[in-house]
Amino acid sequence: MSTVEERVKKIVCEQLGVKESEVQNASSFVEDLGADSLDTVELVMALEEEFETEIPDEEAEKLTSVQDAIDYIVAHT
Amino acid sequence: MAKRRVVITGMGMLSPVGNDVASSWDAVQKGVSGITGIDRFDTTGYSTRIGGAIRDLDLEPYLSTKDARKLDAFIHYGIVAAQQAVDASGLNDFPELDKERVGVAIGSGIGGLEFIEKNIISMEKGGPRKVSPFFVPASVINMISGNVAIRFGYQGPNIAIVTACTTGTHNIGYAARTIAYGDADVMLAGGSEMATTRSAIAAFSAARALSTRNDEPEKASRPWDKGRDGFVLSDGAGVLVLEDLEHARRRGATILGEVAGFGMSDDAFHITSPPEGGAGAARSMHNAIRDAGIETGDIDYINAHGTSTQVGDVAEVAAVKSVFGQHAGKLAVSSTKSMTGHLLGAAGAVEAIFSVLAIKDGTLPPTINLDDPDDGCDLDFVAEGARKADIRFALSNSFGFGGTNGTLIFRRFED
Repeated sequence: MSTVEERVKKIVCEQLGVKESEVQNASSFVEDLGADSLDTVELVMALEEEFETEIPDEEAEKLTSVQDAIDYIVAHT
Repeated sequence: MAKRRVVITGMGMLSPVGNDVASSWDAVQKGVSGITGIDRFDTTGYSTRIGGAIRDLDLEPYLSTKDARKLDAFIHYGIVAAQQAVDASGLNDFPELDKERVGVAIGSGIGGLEFIEKNIISMEKGGPRKVSPFFVPASVINMISGNVAIRFGYQGPNIAIVTACTTGTHNIGYAARTIAYGDADVMLAGGSEMATTRSAIAAFSAARALSTRNDEPEKASRPWDKGRDGFVLSDGAGVLVLEDLEHARRRGATILGEVAGFGMSDDAFHITSPPEGGAGAARSMHNAIRDAGIETGDIDYINAHGTSTQVGDVAEVAAVKSVFGQHAGKLAVSSTKSMTGHLLGAAGAVEAIFSVLAIKDGTLPPTINLDDPDDGCDLDFVAEGARKADIRFALSNSFGFGGTNGTLIFRRFED
C-alpha cells in the first residue's frame, strides 16, 4: 500500500506532466511545476477522486504546494 | 483595389487513408479504402458500426502528454495537420516573417464531442463539481485556431468558421479572401473533425444518414452507385498554408498551386436535404467561376461533394449538368470520399489538398465502388481507377446541413 505522500506525488506527476524526480515536497504547483489556474483546479479534482473526499473551494485555494496537499489529505481522510 | 493573388505553399493532412499528405495521396491514387469497423467505443446495438478512423498516430512529436490531455482529439488532429503544413511550407524558417501578418482559419463541423460526452457523464454521476476546468477550452471549435496561434506566435486574423460539412471549404475561401484583401500575408486554413463518437454515430443513424453496410466496410462509401445507402462518418484534418504570391516569391517558397476562385450559396430549402435539381449547389459553382474570372469550359476536374447519399449524389450531378451543359460530359468528376469516407468539417480541406495534387501531379483520383451507376449518373466519374490528365483548373464542392454550399477553384500555378 502506497503512502499518502507517494499517491499525491503520483497524481501531481500525471496531472502536471512532470517527472517524479522534479516533484519535491516543497514544490509549488504554479511556481515550480508549471501549473496554471486551470491545472490546479483539475489537480484538486484528481486528488478528490483518488482519496474519495471533497475539498471545499476555499480550502482548495490554500493548497499551493505538494506538502500542502499531503497535509490536507492526512488531516481529512 | 486589385485583388492580390493567393498561392498554396504548404499542406498537412491526417485521414483514414494516411497520417500525412504523401501517404494519403498515394492511397487515394491506388483506390484504397480507409473504412473499417469502429473500435473507439462499443458499437453493440448500433445500426452503423463502421467509420474512418485515424490509426497509429504518435502525438508525442507534436504535443506533450499534459497538453494533449487538455484538448479533444479534433484539436489534436488540427494541430498535427497545421504543424505538417507549416513544416512543409518552410514559413517559420523565413527570418523576416512578420507574425502579425500571419493568421489562422481552421474550423470543425461539430467540435469536441467526445470531451463533451465524458464531462456530461461525470456531471450526471457526480454533480457539477465533476466538470473539468478544461471542458470549454477543450471542446469549443475555435480552439484549433487559438492553439495554433499560440504554438507559432501568429498574431494576425484568427477565426473558425462553422458550417457543418462545408466548414473546410469556407475556411479556405475566407482565408484566401483575407489575403487577397490585404488583411494578412499568410493564412493557415482548413478543418478538423473527430466525430465518430457514440452520440454522433447514434444521431446520424437516427437521421438515417449513414451506410449500414457493416459487413463490407471498404465498400460502404459508393457515391452514385445504385447500391449506395448513406455516407460513412470519418475523422481527420486538412490544413493549407495560403500565401500572398509576392510574399511567397520573396521568401523563395515552393508554390504548389493557386486559389483561383471561391463561391458560396444556400439552398434555402430544407435543413438536411438539397432540392432535387441541386440549384443551390449550382449557384455556388457559378459564383466561384465568376470569382475566378474564367469560363465553365475551363474546368477540367471536379472533386465532388459526393457523399454516397441517395438524394445528395443525384442533386450534385444535376447541378453539374446545369452549370456546365455540354462540357459536363467532357470534364472528370470524382469523389475521394469513396475512399476516405466523409470527414464533415475536414472534408473540404482534405479534398482541397487532393484537388491541388491532382493538378500538380496531373492525376485524376478515382471514385471507387461505382459498379452500377444510378439512373442519370452518367458523367465521367473516373470509376476505372486513377488516370493521368492535363488539369489546369480543378473545382471542389462542399455542401452542408442548413443548405450551406461552398466551392473552391484551384489553378495550376503559372507566372
